[in-house]
Amino acid sequence: MKARRFLPLLPMITLLAMIGPVLAGLYGAVLPAFGHLPAAGLFGPSLAPFEALFAWQGLPRAMFLPVWIGLASTTISLLIVALIMAGWSGTRSFTVLERMLSPLLSVPHAAAAFGFAFLISPSGWISRALSPSVTGWDRPPDLLIVQDPWGLSMIAGLVIKEVPFLMLIALAAIGQVDTKRSAMIVQALGYRRLTGWLKTVFPLVYAQIKFPIYVVLVYAMSVVDVAVILGPNTPSTLSVQIVKLMSDPDLGMRLQAAAGALVQLFLVIGALGFWLIMERVVRRFGLAWIGTGQRGKYDTITWQIGLVLALFCAFSVSFGIASLAIWSFAGYWGFPDFLPDQFILKNWMRHSDGTLEALGETVLIGSVATLTALALTIGCLEAEYRYKLRVTSRGMLLLYLPLLVPQTAFLPGLQTLMLNVGLGVGRGPVIFAHLVFVLPYVFLSLADPFRAWDARMGTIAAALRASPDRVLWSVRLPMLLRPILTAAAVGLAVSVGQYLPTLLIGGGRIETLTTEAVALASGGDRRAIGVYGLMQTAAALVPFSLALLIPAIVWRNRRGLRHG
Amino acid sequence: MKYLTILAALISPMAALADPPPADWDAVLAEAKGETVYWNAWGGSTTTNDFLAWVGERVSEDYGVTLEHVKLTDTADAVTRVLSEKQAGQNDDSAIDMIWINGANFAAMKDADLLFGPYAEQLPNWALVDVEGKTVQTDFTVPVEGYESPWAMAQVVFVQDTADMPERLGSMQALQEWAQANPGRFSYPQPPDFLGTTFLKQVLVDILPDPSVLEAPATDENYDEVTAPLWAYLDALTPNLWREGKAYPATGTAMFPLIADDEVDLSISFSPGAASTAIANFELPETVRTFVLDKGTIGNASFVAIPYNSGSKAGAMVVANFLMSPEAQARAQDPAILGYGTVLNMDALSAEERAVFDGLDLGVATLTPAELGTVQAEPHPSWAVRIADDWVSRYGVAQ
Repeated sequence: MKARRFLPLLPMITLLAMIGPVLAGLYGAVLPAFGHLPAAGLFGPSLAPFEALFAWQGLPRAMFLPVWIGLASTTISLLIVALIMAGWSGTRSFTVLERMLSPLLSVPHAAAAFGFAFLISPSGWISRALSPSVTGWDRPPDLLIVQDPWGLSMIAGLVIKEVPFLMLIALAAIGQVDTKRSAMIVQALGYRRLTGWLKTVFPLVYAQIKFPIYVVLVYAMSVVDVAVILGPNTPSTLSVQIVKLMSDPDLGMRLQAAAGALVQLFLVIGALGFWLIMERVVRRFGLAWIGTGQRGKYDTITWQIGLVLALFCAFSVSFGIASLAIWSFAGYWGFPDFLPDQFILKNWMRHSDGTLEALGETVLIGSVATLTALALTIGCLEAEYRYKLRVTSRGMLLLYLPLLVPQTAFLPGLQTLMLNVGLGVGRGPVIFAHLVFVLPYVFLSLADPFRAWDARMGTIAAALRASPDRVLWSVRLPMLLRPILTAAAVGLAVSVGQYLPTLLIGGGRIETLTTEAVALASGGDRRAIGVYGLMQTAAALVPFSLALLIPAIVWRNRRGLRHG
Repeated sequence: MKYLTILAALISPMAALADPPPADWDAVLAEAKGETVYWNAWGGSTTTNDFLAWVGERVSEDYGVTLEHVKLTDTADAVTRVLSEKQAGQNDDSAIDMIWINGANFAAMKDADLLFGPYAEQLPNWALVDVEGKTVQTDFTVPVEGYESPWAMAQVVFVQDTADMPERLGSMQALQEWAQANPGRFSYPQPPDFLGTTFLKQVLVDILPDPSVLEAPATDENYDEVTAPLWAYLDALTPNLWREGKAYPATGTAMFPLIADDEVDLSISFSPGAASTAIANFELPETVRTFVLDKGTIGNASFVAIPYNSGSKAGAMVVANFLMSPEAQARAQDPAILGYGTVLNMDALSAEERAVFDGLDLGVATLTPAELGTVQAEPHPSWAVRIADDWVSRYGVAQ
């Protein structure tokens, strides 16, 4: 009885946990954007903050960059994922590729970006491998590769990280789509593998993964750490500029930062709107293309391109991480040496205490936030299923709010709110703040597979006199083991990667691997970054390996539940 | 020593709040025991982090104070934090008990009444501080008035890789000519980064015939005229910078990897001993040396300040006092540890204490105090703010 009364309330509680802090934080951003910041002795309303922001000559470029980088990196990532899945799913090479790409998802963005920067810079690893034997360089050429004005290296750095993310989400979703028979039918009709897949399976998969794609778009537009490492800096992207303004000792600059945060919000909304329009355009062309009945003339070359691009992603992240590993043991390592002069343990010994403490903190915060998010999500979805509480599109938008609103816009306001209600700072509020970000990701990863579950299984179980609870615990959840574990791994990875919420809400007192690594990244000490980056990667890698391993072991005798 | 404390107590104005009276040192010590001090300090340098951890061990042993280093990427985050707390009415137990601070951040906090004090000149070890020779009572020309206590001296030095660049440079004009002959081999951190802005100030101080105009606040009348030579200088320099000035290193420490990667031959640093320390940690090649300009270079002190709403002011004062002790100062000056300049007056120390300083091996790339030469005063902060802003609009948004 108790559960029945509690369950319908869960969606409300979940929404409140996610959007309450965002709305409160936004309220705290809107006021300063219009010149109201009593603590600094400033009283609004006025448009001066916007005027000051628009007076900055870098603004047009800083607004253009996130839109361009976000759309380009998301489109390229999606294309690569579609090509790999289309050309290779179900093959032996695909299994290998999946095993190579999946662990990369766990690599935190900052660590991957740092490793990638070291690979491609003029004095980087690739250049060292070829110098001076091939290139003839005894000192690195003065080339602007990293931090190029068009953000190309940043786009590449985002793509190599987003491809594994979308791959894993698509893999989780594909279990809910009957791909095998579609593939069989179109191949029987004479379609080549890639074309057949794109024409029949892709639309189904896309419908299931479109939310994660929006997330990728929004993330790419507002990311700070990757933009600092790989993005242009004359000027930088708008979100980097917002963070710079926020940290200006002149407190009046926070007004401009708040105004910038609102501009960033509109950019994100505009780009999402553009993406939705493009979905329709692509659909029109796609339908026309399906109508032509072409069987796939260029399949071979296209899927080979897909493979090359996927391998590029896999190798970039892997070698980037390998370079971090080597840096963490490096003695002096100058250009053009391919390896350090000597390997030392000093770097690790120096950081062992700090990393272990930070690791404990990271794991604790991540697991509590993820378990809470998982419980709320499953509760919501089950309530929705049992009471037919169909989540409206407006409801979905609310779910998106924490991911749509740039963190820099609402976190300082949230911090003030928490102090006001006496929550103070510390681990509890940080877990709560992480939940705001973890919950949507967990929900988005799990919702589609959960809803796409074949309800006839439930009907059969009910016909065998199983109660709704028993259906959930004994049939539905076990069948959804893989998506649930994937969602948990995503949740943990999100929590591990959180920088701003940990710093701001924790009052700087909560030290996770990420806050430590980003603090070190500003100093450019590659040895320390190597140590922390590796630990950070490991903290997220283990859950992902488990998400792949456990279903394979548990369902070793249930072929239909393994999905690849 | 005791009468000094009493004297200080007589001079100091009575504290209005129920805060620990800095002058009654025994009371401070008693109250500090068992307190936890959250020290917000930039965490981008592992050597600094290690030093702070050592300070934590020592104050825990001697005074029962627990020190936690909160690692910041930017000191302004701490300023923001205290401001948010004031906004929320959190007036007695801040998340921050002590901040490594100076310059504009100090001026902003002092202006907004966010600091506890005055306390610095009542600390017992203040008697050992070199008030005459070091700029410890003004912070970028802003009077300190006891609202922060000094713990390290910094001075601009140029860091050169002698493998590629054998000769030192005597002036900013010489640097300009060298950059013309060796394009792409020099860069500076991107203003408004602290060190990058310092480079701009150093240019101005060196090329102005009479830099004393910089001691007063910049005015709308004199700003354009005074800074015109700086922009002319930078217009000529920028095309010869690393990446032709289309990208800049983010921070000062990000410069060392560039030298190790052989991407640049010349850089600047605000810590005379940092290069030697980096060589010892394999972060720089052994061929690196440092130099200062003929006319000297800009220097300033690093301070710690206590927020008005700290819940552990006594503990924070104990740490601040320990930082000025000969033991801590000698360790900070040791290039194998940190390589920061001391704020102490050598003549005020006992012979034994002085021997520790004299016995330090400053390292291959560190200049002796005599070689460091004249310390030029920091210009008034208003110059730095306007110059950094101007730099951003002139060079920071170049396509």
